[in-house]
Amino acid sequence: MDIMQALDAIWSARWPLLDGFGNTILISAVSILLGTPLGVGVGLILSYGNRVLRFIVRLYSDFLRGTPVFVLILACFYILSIVGIQLSAFQAGVFALTLFCSSHVGEIVQGALKTIPKGQTEAAKSVGLTFFGTFFSVLLPQALRMILPTWVTTATEIVKASTLLSVIGVVELLLATQQVISRTYLSLELYFFAGLVFFLINFAIEKAGRFVERKVSLPN
Amino acid sequence: MDYDFNFAAVWRDFDILLSGLGLGLVLAVISIAIGCLIGLCLAFAMLSKKRSIRWAATVYVSVFRNTPILVLILFTFFALPEFGINLGKIESFIVTLSVYSGAYLTEVFRSGLVSLPPGLREAGLTVGLTEFRTKILITIPVMFRRVLPALGNNFISLFKDTSLAAVIAVPELTFYARKINVETFRVIETWLVASLMYVIACSIIAAILRRTENRLAIPK
Repeated sequence: MDIMQALDAIWSARWPLLDGFGNTILISAVSILLGTPLGVGVGLILSYGNRVLRFIVRLYSDFLRGTPVFVLILACFYILSIVGIQLSAFQAGVFALTLFCSSHVGEIVQGALKTIPKGQTEAAKSVGLTFFGTFFSVLLPQALRMILPTWVTTATEIVKASTLLSVIGVVELLLATQQVISRTYLSLELYFFAGLVFFLINFAIEKAGRFVERKVSLPN
Repeated sequence: MDYDFNFAAVWRDFDILLSGLGLGLVLAVISIAIGCLIGLCLAFAMLSKKRSIRWAATVYVSVFRNTPILVLILFTFFALPEFGINLGKIESFIVTLSVYSGAYLTEVFRSGLVSLPPGLREAGLTVGLTEFRTKILITIPVMFRRVLPALGNNFISLFKDTSLAAVIAVPELTFYARKINVETFRVIETWLVASLMYVIACSIIAAILRRTENRLAIPK
């Protein structure tokens, strides 16, 4: 193992690698930003929807959580183009990750709403708040504190799952690294490098999450 | 959308899909067994009095939880041979998945151990058991019964992660699904059947786990 040689290879491929890094961040950010509101909707329906709606969304969520993300990504990539929705590999991948994110956020939101005592909803209703008023000014602020730690974990899961897009040909950080490997044969050093970068991204997300958690935690 | 469904191609190869599902289950079972050993050792390390041991266990957990499993799989398979460690693809995948699950299970076991009342260990020592036998005979069995739900969830997500073995050509369900997809172009049928197989397998595992949990639950 020659470290200088590896650093040299990384340095001379810095632009493609940086490009891949940017794509990884973009894929993860878009999937989380789209998946989270969708997931809140899923959680709301699971908690307050009527029976039919709840059943449909339950199926949606269970199906998505029972399928491996990898299969979900391959299925979205191949199936969408067959049914006439022309998406690039990038878009199909982001679509799959968004679905994945929404089902997980949905479960988290439902779980958090379940733990809030019923008295809170009743109190809100008795002072005359509407459903949305109750949700946004009474339940959501309380639920958010419970959601935050698990949501941060979901975000790191999405970053990790974004590597799977390399299999359908999206040049994110892993595929960019693999392209350098196929030129230089430095598989050990470069896979280590890719792993390190992913670790740092997720470590940063985790630390940021902890920081926010501490800021918003209630004094007891 | 004009697409003629034709499941014949998928049914013809249904037995190899099933064998792939079986291989995935076997991989998950072996990996979680090894992962449990790693997790147990590291959970005790996390609670050790020595700071350096605690720190080493924390680093392990943090590194393997925050690195994408796909990068770990590729690293073990393609980069470790440079160290002279040559593993077949199935062995290599089992090693990766065990190490990966070890990190998750450490957290599970650690919180399980912390939640045990100290009187349990004290009672063991009082009746004359050594520290080691107290752990084996009392602490660990009780802890296992407490963490069973978390352990089950980890098993299900490990089972889903076995789909990634397809990337290094381990012939499990996703590998065969990709093969059938490419050979027959029955895209929707293939992915529908493959993901349904995963969903159904996961539901069955979840149901079995819930029954076991109920049977082994510590009576209040």
